[in-house]
Amino acid sequence: MKKILLLTFLLTITYNLQSQDLLDILDEETEGTTTTVSATFKGTRIANGHSVENRKAKELEFIIGHRFGALNSGTFNLFGLDNANIRFSLEYGITDDLMIGIGRSSLNKLYDSFLKYKLLKQKTGKNAFPFSVSVFGSVVARDYPENDKRAFAETLSYTSQLLIARKFSPSVSLQITPTYIHKNTVELLADPHDYVALGFGGRVKLSKRVALNAEYFYNFDELTAYEPKNPIAFGVDIETGGHVFQLIISNARAMIEPSFITETAGDFLKGDIHFGFNISRTF
Amino acid sequence: MRFFLTILFFTSFLAVSAQEKFLTKTGDIVFFSETIVEDIKAENNKVLSIIDTSNGDMGISMLMNQFEFPKKLMQEHFNENYIESEKYPKSTFKGTITDFLKIPENVATKTQVKGTMTIHGVSREVVIPSTITKKEGEIVMDGKFIIKLEDYKIKIPKIVIKNIAEEIEVTYKLNHLPYN
Repeated sequence: MKKILLLTFLLTITYNLQSQDLLDILDEETEGTTTTVSATFKGTRIANGHSVENRKAKELEFIIGHRFGALNSGTFNLFGLDNANIRFSLEYGITDDLMIGIGRSSLNKLYDSFLKYKLLKQKTGKNAFPFSVSVFGSVVARDYPENDKRAFAETLSYTSQLLIARKFSPSVSLQITPTYIHKNTVELLADPHDYVALGFGGRVKLSKRVALNAEYFYNFDELTAYEPKNPIAFGVDIETGGHVFQLIISNARAMIEPSFITETAGDFLKGDIHFGFNISRTF
Repeated sequence: MRFFLTILFFTSFLAVSAQEKFLTKTGDIVFFSETIVEDIKAENNKVLSIIDTSNGDMGISMLMNQFEFPKKLMQEHFNENYIESEKYPKSTFKGTITDFLKIPENVATKTQVKGTMTIHGVSREVVIPSTITKKEGEIVMDGKFIIKLEDYKIKIPKIVIKNIAEEIEVTYKLNHLPYN
Protein backbone atom coordinates (compact mmCIF):
# COMPACT_ATOMS: atom_id res chain seq x y z
CA MET A 1 0.00 0.00 0.00
CA LYS A 2 2.77 2.37 0.99
CA LYS A 3 4.62 1.57 -2.17
CA ILE A 4 1.63 2.33 -4.32
CA LEU A 5 1.19 5.66 -2.59
CA LEU A 6 4.81 6.52 -3.12
CA LEU A 7 4.60 5.50 -6.74
CA THR A 8 1.58 7.71 -7.30
CA PHE A 9 3.40 10.52 -5.56
CA LEU A 10 6.45 10.04 -7.75
CA LEU A 11 4.33 9.83 -10.85
CA THR A 12 2.67 13.15 -10.02
CA ILE A 13 6.03 14.80 -9.42
CA THR A 14 7.43 13.42 -12.64
CA TYR A 15 4.37 14.55 -14.52
CA ASN A 16 4.54 18.07 -13.08
CA LEU A 17 8.24 18.33 -13.73
CA GLN A 18 7.67 17.41 -17.31
CA SER A 19 4.78 19.71 -17.99
CA GLN A 20 6.60 22.67 -16.47
CA ASP A 21 9.73 21.84 -18.37
CA LEU A 22 8.55 22.96 -21.78
CA LEU A 23 7.85 26.64 -21.04
CA ASP A 24 10.95 26.78 -18.80
CA ILE A 25 13.09 25.58 -21.68
CA LEU A 26 11.55 28.29 -23.88
CA ASP A 27 12.28 30.88 -21.17
CA GLU A 28 15.93 29.88 -21.14
CA GLU A 29 16.07 30.09 -24.91
CA THR A 30 14.40 33.53 -24.97
CA GLU A 31 16.99 35.15 -22.75
CA GLY A 32 19.61 37.26 -24.43
CA THR A 33 17.34 39.54 -26.42
CA THR A 34 17.68 43.32 -26.32
CA THR A 35 14.64 45.54 -26.54
CA THR A 36 14.73 49.17 -27.62
CA VAL A 37 12.52 51.30 -25.40
CA SER A 38 9.85 53.05 -27.44
CA ALA A 39 7.40 55.89 -26.84
CA THR A 40 9.37 57.78 -24.20
CA PHE A 41 7.07 60.67 -25.08
CA LYS A 42 3.86 60.62 -27.12
CA GLY A 43 4.79 63.38 -29.49
CA THR A 44 7.87 64.93 -31.06
CA ARG A 45 7.41 67.88 -28.63
CA ILE A 46 7.19 67.81 -24.86
CA ALA A 47 5.32 71.12 -24.87
CA ASN A 48 7.12 73.88 -26.80
CA GLY A 49 10.46 72.14 -27.09
CA HIS A 50 11.44 68.94 -28.83
CA SER A 51 11.36 65.50 -27.21
CA VAL A 52 13.61 62.55 -28.11
CA GLU A 53 10.80 61.14 -30.23
CA ASN A 54 11.05 61.15 -34.01
CA ARG A 55 8.65 60.55 -36.81
CA LYS A 56 9.51 57.13 -38.14
CA ALA A 57 10.68 56.38 -41.68
CA LYS A 58 8.37 57.73 -44.41
CA GLU A 59 5.89 59.18 -41.95
CA LEU A 60 4.75 62.70 -42.71
CA GLU A 61 3.27 64.78 -39.94
CA PHE A 62 1.36 68.00 -40.34
CA ILE A 63 1.25 70.12 -37.20
CA ILE A 64 -0.88 73.15 -36.54
CA GLY A 65 0.22 75.03 -33.43
CA HIS A 66 -1.66 77.89 -31.81
CA ARG A 67 -0.70 80.12 -28.89
CA PHE A 68 -3.27 82.67 -27.87
CA GLY A 69 -2.66 85.98 -26.12
CA ALA A 70 -2.19 86.26 -22.38
CA LEU A 71 -5.04 85.11 -20.13
CA ASN A 72 -4.65 88.30 -18.07
CA SER A 73 -5.19 90.58 -21.08
CA GLY A 74 -8.81 91.03 -19.98
CA THR A 75 -12.28 90.72 -21.47
CA PHE A 76 -11.53 93.23 -24.25
CA ASN A 77 -9.21 90.62 -25.79
CA LEU A 78 -11.39 87.74 -24.56
CA PHE A 79 -8.58 86.56 -22.26
CA GLY A 80 -6.16 86.44 -25.13
CA LEU A 81 -8.24 84.46 -27.61
CA ASP A 82 -8.28 87.44 -30.00
CA ASN A 83 -4.58 87.20 -30.71
CA ALA A 84 -2.96 84.02 -31.80
CA ASN A 85 0.49 83.08 -32.90
CA ILE A 86 0.11 80.31 -35.44
CA ARG A 87 2.72 77.87 -36.66
CA PHE A 88 2.18 75.42 -39.47
CA SER A 89 4.75 72.77 -40.09
CA LEU A 90 5.46 69.69 -42.13
CA GLU A 91 7.72 67.16 -40.51
CA TYR A 92 9.03 63.97 -42.09
CA GLY A 93 10.97 60.87 -41.09
CA ILE A 94 13.73 60.15 -43.60
CA THR A 95 14.74 57.05 -41.63
CA ASP A 96 13.54 55.76 -38.27
CA ASP A 97 16.35 57.79 -36.68
CA LEU A 98 16.53 60.95 -38.79
CA MET A 99 13.75 63.48 -39.21
CA ILE A 100 13.48 66.90 -40.78
CA GLY A 101 10.88 69.63 -40.62
CA ILE A 102 9.97 73.04 -41.90
CA GLY A 103 7.58 75.51 -40.35
CA ARG A 104 6.36 79.04 -40.37
CA SER A 105 5.28 81.09 -37.35
CA SER A 106 3.09 84.16 -37.69
CA LEU A 107 4.70 85.90 -34.69
CA ASN A 108 7.74 87.82 -36.03
CA LYS A 109 7.25 86.08 -39.43
CA LEU A 110 9.67 83.27 -38.77
CA TYR A 111 10.56 80.43 -41.12
CA ASP A 112 12.19 77.51 -39.38
CA SER A 113 13.84 74.31 -40.52
CA PHE A 114 15.25 71.59 -38.34
CA LEU A 115 16.89 68.22 -38.27
CA LYS A 116 16.79 65.69 -35.43
CA TYR A 117 18.82 62.51 -35.18
CA LYS A 118 18.59 59.66 -32.69
CA LEU A 119 22.16 59.10 -31.61
CA LEU A 120 21.65 56.56 -28.81
CA LYS A 121 18.60 54.61 -27.73
CA GLN A 122 17.53 53.42 -24.33
CA LYS A 123 17.54 49.62 -24.26
CA THR A 124 16.59 46.85 -21.89
CA GLY A 125 17.68 43.23 -21.83
CA LYS A 126 21.05 41.82 -22.75
CA ASN A 127 22.72 44.96 -24.11
CA ALA A 128 20.90 47.40 -21.85
CA PHE A 129 21.51 51.15 -22.13
CA PRO A 130 20.03 53.53 -19.56
CA PHE A 131 18.91 56.54 -21.64
CA SER A 132 18.28 57.96 -25.12
CA VAL A 133 20.24 60.76 -26.72
CA SER A 134 19.17 62.75 -29.77
CA VAL A 135 20.79 65.73 -31.43
CA PHE A 136 18.72 68.61 -32.70
CA GLY A 137 19.74 71.48 -34.96
CA SER A 138 17.65 74.25 -36.44
CA VAL A 139 18.02 77.34 -38.57
CA VAL A 140 15.43 80.08 -38.32
CA ALA A 141 15.05 82.95 -40.78
CA ARG A 142 13.04 86.06 -39.97
CA ASP A 143 11.14 87.84 -42.70
CA TYR A 144 11.18 91.64 -42.58
CA PRO A 145 8.81 94.07 -44.29
CA GLU A 146 9.76 95.68 -47.64
CA ASN A 147 10.87 98.97 -46.07
CA ASP A 148 13.19 97.18 -43.63
CA LYS A 149 14.83 94.45 -45.73
CA ARG A 150 17.98 92.82 -44.34
CA ALA A 151 20.66 90.69 -45.86
CA PHE A 152 19.57 87.05 -45.60
CA ALA A 153 22.45 86.11 -43.28
CA GLU A 154 21.39 88.83 -40.85
CA THR A 155 17.96 87.27 -40.44
CA LEU A 156 19.25 83.92 -39.25
CA SER A 157 19.52 82.29 -35.85
CA TYR A 158 20.74 78.81 -34.99
CA THR A 159 19.85 76.31 -32.29
CA SER A 160 21.76 73.20 -31.22
CA GLN A 161 20.37 70.86 -28.59
CA LEU A 162 21.27 67.59 -27.01
CA LEU A 163 18.13 65.76 -25.93
CA ILE A 164 18.83 63.27 -23.16
CA ALA A 165 15.85 61.28 -21.93
CA ARG A 166 14.99 58.23 -19.93
CA LYS A 167 11.74 56.34 -19.66
CA PHE A 168 11.72 55.36 -16.01
CA SER A 169 8.51 53.36 -16.20
CA PRO A 170 5.71 52.94 -18.75
CA SER A 171 4.19 56.14 -17.39
CA VAL A 172 7.10 58.33 -16.25
CA SER A 173 9.76 59.85 -18.56
CA LEU A 174 12.20 62.69 -17.96
CA GLN A 175 14.43 64.68 -20.30
CA ILE A 176 17.21 67.22 -19.90
CA THR A 177 18.06 69.44 -22.80
CA PRO A 178 21.35 71.36 -22.94
CA THR A 179 20.81 74.13 -25.48
CA TYR A 180 23.02 76.55 -27.40
CA ILE A 181 21.50 79.34 -29.47
CA HIS A 182 23.28 81.79 -31.74
CA LYS A 183 21.61 84.86 -33.23
CA ASN A 184 23.22 86.69 -36.11
CA THR A 185 21.26 89.83 -35.33
CA VAL A 186 20.20 91.20 -31.95
CA GLU A 187 18.10 94.26 -31.15
CA LEU A 188 20.56 96.08 -28.91
CA LEU A 189 24.35 96.32 -29.05
CA ALA A 190 24.57 95.04 -25.46
CA ASP A 191 22.56 91.91 -26.21
CA PRO A 192 24.59 88.71 -26.45
CA HIS A 193 24.74 86.78 -29.72
CA ASP A 194 25.20 83.47 -27.93
CA TYR A 195 22.85 81.92 -25.42
CA VAL A 196 23.22 78.83 -23.28
CA ALA A 197 20.20 77.27 -21.63
CA LEU A 198 19.29 74.05 -19.90
CA GLY A 199 15.88 72.51 -20.39
CA PHE A 200 14.02 70.08 -18.14
CA GLY A 201 11.00 68.14 -19.29
CA GLY A 202 8.88 65.27 -18.11
CA ARG A 203 5.69 63.41 -18.60
CA VAL A 204 3.37 61.30 -16.52
CA LYS A 205 0.78 59.13 -18.23
CA LEU A 206 -2.65 59.53 -16.70
CA SER A 207 -4.16 56.77 -18.79
CA LYS A 208 -3.15 54.83 -21.89
CA ARG A 209 -3.97 57.74 -24.18
CA VAL A 210 -3.63 60.80 -21.96
CA ALA A 211 -0.37 62.17 -20.60
CA LEU A 212 0.55 65.22 -18.55
CA ASN A 213 3.74 67.05 -19.60
CA ALA A 214 5.80 69.78 -18.00
CA GLU A 215 8.76 71.72 -19.38
CA TYR A 216 11.12 74.44 -18.15
CA PHE A 217 14.20 76.09 -19.62
CA TYR A 218 16.77 77.87 -17.48
CA ASN A 219 18.65 80.64 -19.31
CA PHE A 220 22.28 81.37 -18.48
CA ASP A 221 22.46 84.36 -20.86
CA GLU A 222 19.82 87.06 -21.05
CA LEU A 223 18.71 89.80 -23.36
CA THR A 224 19.10 93.35 -22.08
CA ALA A 225 16.32 94.93 -24.18
CA TYR A 226 13.78 93.74 -21.59
CA GLU A 227 13.82 91.32 -18.72
CA PRO A 228 13.10 87.93 -20.23
CA LYS A 229 11.65 85.11 -18.15
CA ASN A 230 12.50 81.44 -18.23
CA PRO A 231 9.81 79.63 -20.21
CA ILE A 232 7.61 77.21 -18.36
CA ALA A 233 4.89 75.08 -19.91
CA PHE A 234 2.37 72.45 -18.93
CA GLY A 235 0.60 70.29 -21.43
CA VAL A 236 -1.88 67.49 -21.80
CA ASP A 237 -1.37 65.00 -24.64
CA ILE A 238 -4.43 63.21 -25.95
CA GLU A 239 -3.79 60.52 -28.50
CA THR A 240 -6.38 59.12 -30.86
CA GLY A 241 -5.05 56.86 -33.59
CA GLY A 242 -3.01 58.96 -36.03
CA HIS A 243 -3.70 62.24 -34.19
CA VAL A 244 -2.10 63.71 -31.12
CA PHE A 245 -3.78 66.73 -29.53
CA GLN A 246 -1.65 68.75 -27.17
CA LEU A 247 -3.28 71.36 -24.95
CA ILE A 248 -0.71 73.72 -23.51
CA ILE A 249 -0.46 76.58 -21.07
CA SER A 250 2.78 78.53 -21.07
CA ASN A 251 4.22 81.96 -20.41
CA ALA A 252 5.81 81.67 -23.86
CA ARG A 253 3.94 82.64 -27.00
CA ALA A 254 6.47 81.39 -29.49
CA MET A 255 6.85 77.79 -30.55
CA ILE A 256 10.39 77.65 -31.87
CA GLU A 257 13.56 77.47 -29.84
CA PRO A 258 15.36 80.83 -30.32
CA SER A 259 12.10 82.66 -29.61
CA PHE A 260 10.49 80.82 -26.73
CA ILE A 261 13.71 80.03 -24.87
CA THR A 262 15.36 83.45 -24.95
CA GLU A 263 12.53 85.88 -25.73
CA THR A 264 9.74 84.98 -23.33
CA ALA A 265 8.48 88.15 -21.71
CA GLY A 266 5.50 86.84 -19.74
CA ASP A 267 5.61 86.09 -16.04
CA PHE A 268 3.76 82.83 -15.46
CA LEU A 269 3.04 83.58 -11.81
CA LYS A 270 1.56 87.00 -12.63
CA GLY A 271 -0.93 85.50 -15.06
CA ASP A 272 0.92 86.04 -18.34
CA ILE A 273 -0.29 82.64 -19.38
CA HIS A 274 -0.97 81.72 -22.97
CA PHE A 275 -3.34 78.94 -23.77
CA GLY A 276 -2.40 76.95 -26.84
CA PHE A 277 -2.66 73.69 -28.68
CA ASN A 278 -0.83 71.56 -31.16
CA ILE A 279 -2.78 69.28 -33.45
CA SER A 280 -0.82 66.78 -35.42
CA ARG A 281 -1.87 64.34 -38.05
CA THR A 282 0.45 61.61 -39.19
CA PHE A 283 0.11 60.25 -42.71
CA MET B 1 14.16 -3.26 -4.20
CA ARG B 2 11.24 -2.86 -6.50
CA PHE B 3 10.95 0.69 -5.22
CA PHE B 4 14.45 1.57 -6.41
CA LEU B 5 13.76 -0.06 -9.71
CA THR B 6 10.73 2.16 -10.05
CA ILE B 7 12.82 5.25 -9.41
CA LEU B 8 15.39 4.05 -11.91
CA PHE B 9 12.65 3.46 -14.41
CA PHE B 10 11.30 7.01 -14.09
CA THR B 11 14.72 8.64 -14.10
CA SER B 12 15.61 6.84 -17.28
CA PHE B 13 12.24 7.85 -18.69
CA LEU B 14 13.04 11.49 -17.98
CA ALA B 15 16.45 11.15 -19.53
CA VAL B 16 15.01 9.64 -22.68
CA SER B 17 12.23 12.19 -22.97
CA ALA B 18 14.76 15.01 -22.75
CA GLN B 19 16.14 13.85 -26.09
CA GLU B 20 12.74 13.65 -27.68
CA LYS B 21 12.04 17.33 -27.82
CA PHE B 22 11.71 19.35 -30.98
CA LEU B 23 12.17 23.11 -30.90
CA THR B 24 12.04 26.20 -33.07
CA LYS B 25 13.14 29.74 -32.29
CA THR B 26 11.99 31.14 -35.60
CA GLY B 27 8.35 30.20 -35.61
CA ASP B 28 6.12 32.48 -37.61
CA ILE B 29 2.89 34.04 -36.35
CA VAL B 30 0.90 36.54 -38.39
CA PHE B 31 -2.17 38.33 -37.25
CA PHE B 32 -4.60 40.04 -39.47
CA SER B 33 -7.29 42.57 -38.61
CA GLU B 34 -9.74 43.31 -41.38
CA THR B 35 -12.22 46.17 -41.40
CA ILE B 36 -13.82 48.27 -44.12
CA VAL B 37 -11.54 51.19 -43.24
CA GLU B 38 -8.21 49.48 -42.86
CA ASP B 39 -6.48 46.08 -43.00
CA ILE B 40 -3.74 45.66 -40.44
CA LYS B 41 -1.22 42.84 -40.61
CA ALA B 42 1.63 42.14 -38.22
CA GLU B 43 4.22 39.38 -38.16
CA ASN B 44 6.47 37.86 -35.54
CA ASN B 45 9.03 35.42 -36.89
CA LYS B 46 10.87 34.89 -33.63
CA VAL B 47 8.30 32.66 -31.97
CA LEU B 48 9.63 29.89 -29.74
CA SER B 49 7.85 26.58 -29.74
CA ILE B 50 8.68 23.16 -28.34
CA ILE B 51 7.10 19.71 -28.68
CA ASP B 52 7.73 16.75 -26.42
CA THR B 53 7.38 13.87 -28.86
CA SER B 54 7.01 11.30 -26.11
CA ASN B 55 3.53 12.53 -25.23
CA GLY B 56 2.57 15.37 -27.58
CA ASP B 57 2.87 18.10 -24.95
CA MET B 58 3.86 21.46 -26.35
CA GLY B 59 4.71 25.01 -25.30
CA ILE B 60 4.80 28.26 -27.28
CA SER B 61 6.26 31.56 -26.15
CA MET B 62 6.73 34.88 -27.92
CA LEU B 63 7.72 38.44 -27.12
CA MET B 64 4.88 40.73 -28.11
CA ASN B 65 7.17 43.63 -28.99
CA GLN B 66 8.64 41.55 -31.79
CA PHE B 67 5.55 41.86 -33.93
CA GLU B 68 6.49 43.92 -36.97
CA PHE B 69 3.89 46.27 -38.45
CA PRO B 70 4.05 48.01 -41.83
CA LYS B 71 3.60 51.33 -40.00
CA LYS B 72 5.84 52.05 -37.02
CA LEU B 73 3.18 54.23 -35.41
CA MET B 74 0.79 51.27 -35.42
CA GLN B 75 3.49 49.14 -33.83
CA GLU B 76 3.99 51.76 -31.12
CA HIS B 77 0.25 51.92 -30.42
CA PHE B 78 0.02 48.12 -30.39
CA ASN B 79 2.76 47.88 -27.75
CA GLU B 80 1.78 50.96 -25.75
CA ASN B 81 -1.99 51.01 -25.82
CA TYR B 82 -3.39 47.63 -26.73
CA ILE B 83 -1.15 44.74 -25.78
CA GLU B 84 0.80 46.73 -23.11
CA SER B 85 3.98 44.84 -23.83
CA GLU B 86 5.99 46.48 -21.06
CA LYS B 87 3.51 45.11 -18.53
CA TYR B 88 2.84 41.81 -20.31
CA PRO B 89 5.92 41.17 -22.45
CA LYS B 90 5.12 37.57 -23.38
CA SER B 91 2.26 35.56 -24.71
CA THR B 92 2.39 31.82 -24.07
CA PHE B 93 0.58 28.63 -24.86
CA LYS B 94 0.87 25.37 -23.01
CA GLY B 95 -1.07 22.31 -24.05
CA THR B 96 -1.21 18.91 -25.63
CA ILE B 97 -1.56 17.83 -29.23
CA THR B 98 -4.50 15.45 -29.56
CA ASP B 99 -3.45 11.93 -30.66
CA PHE B 100 0.09 13.07 -31.37
CA LEU B 101 1.55 9.57 -31.17
CA LYS B 102 -0.90 8.27 -33.77
CA ILE B 103 0.12 10.81 -36.41
CA PRO B 104 1.84 8.94 -39.24
CA GLU B 105 5.15 10.07 -40.74
CA ASN B 106 5.18 12.21 -43.89
CA VAL B 107 1.43 12.74 -43.94
CA ALA B 108 -0.06 16.16 -43.23
CA THR B 109 -2.57 15.26 -40.52
CA LYS B 110 -5.37 17.43 -39.22
CA THR B 111 -5.69 17.44 -35.47
CA GLN B 112 -6.08 19.98 -32.68
CA VAL B 113 -4.13 21.33 -29.74
CA LYS B 114 -5.84 21.81 -26.39
CA GLY B 115 -4.39 23.95 -23.68
CA THR B 116 -4.04 27.31 -21.98
CA MET B 117 -3.32 30.48 -23.94
CA THR B 118 -2.07 33.52 -22.07
CA ILE B 119 -2.20 36.92 -23.81
CA HIS B 120 -2.20 40.36 -22.15
CA GLY B 121 -2.02 38.63 -18.75
CA VAL B 122 -5.29 36.76 -19.34
CA SER B 123 -5.27 32.94 -19.46
CA ARG B 124 -7.95 31.00 -21.29
CA GLU B 125 -8.56 27.37 -22.16
CA VAL B 126 -8.56 26.99 -25.93
CA VAL B 127 -8.71 24.39 -28.67
CA ILE B 128 -6.71 25.30 -31.76
CA PRO B 129 -6.97 23.43 -35.07
CA SER B 130 -3.64 22.34 -36.43
CA THR B 131 -2.13 20.47 -39.34
CA ILE B 132 0.91 18.49 -38.31
CA THR B 133 3.49 16.93 -40.59
CA LYS B 134 6.11 14.65 -39.07
CA LYS B 135 9.16 14.28 -41.27
CA GLU B 136 12.64 12.97 -40.80
CA GLY B 137 14.15 15.32 -38.21
CA GLU B 138 11.38 17.88 -38.52
CA ILE B 139 7.87 18.51 -37.20
CA VAL B 140 5.85 21.18 -38.98
CA MET B 141 2.69 22.62 -37.45
CA ASP B 142 0.49 25.13 -39.13
CA GLY B 143 -3.01 26.46 -38.89
CA LYS B 144 -5.31 29.38 -38.41
CA PHE B 145 -7.63 30.47 -35.64
CA ILE B 146 -9.57 33.48 -34.39
CA ILE B 147 -8.91 35.52 -31.27
CA LYS B 148 -11.57 37.77 -29.80
CA LEU B 149 -9.94 40.86 -28.33
CA GLU B 150 -12.44 41.22 -25.52
CA ASP B 151 -11.66 37.67 -24.32
CA TYR B 152 -8.21 38.92 -23.42
CA LYS B 153 -9.34 42.28 -22.05
CA ILE B 154 -7.78 44.22 -24.93
CA LYS B 155 -9.81 47.40 -25.26
CA ILE B 156 -10.21 49.37 -28.45
CA PRO B 157 -11.25 53.00 -27.99
CA LYS B 158 -14.39 54.14 -29.78
CA ILE B 159 -12.53 56.55 -32.02
CA VAL B 160 -10.59 53.77 -33.78
CA ILE B 161 -13.25 51.06 -33.48
CA LYS B 162 -13.79 51.21 -37.23
CA ASN B 163 -10.08 50.67 -37.88
CA ILE B 164 -9.48 47.63 -35.72
CA ALA B 165 -11.44 44.37 -35.95
CA GLU B 166 -12.84 42.84 -32.78
CA GLU B 167 -11.85 39.41 -34.02
CA ILE B 168 -8.29 38.87 -35.16
CA GLU B 169 -7.26 36.09 -37.49
CA VAL B 170 -4.05 34.39 -36.40
CA THR B 171 -2.01 32.26 -38.79
CA TYR B 172 0.93 30.24 -37.55
CA LYS B 173 3.67 28.08 -38.96
CA LEU B 174 6.09 26.38 -36.61
CA ASN B 175 8.91 24.36 -38.06
CA HIS B 176 10.43 22.33 -35.20
CA LEU B 177 13.86 20.71 -35.36
CA PRO B 178 15.43 18.22 -32.92
CA TYR B 179 16.51 19.86 -29.68
CA ASN B 180 19.17 18.66 -27.29
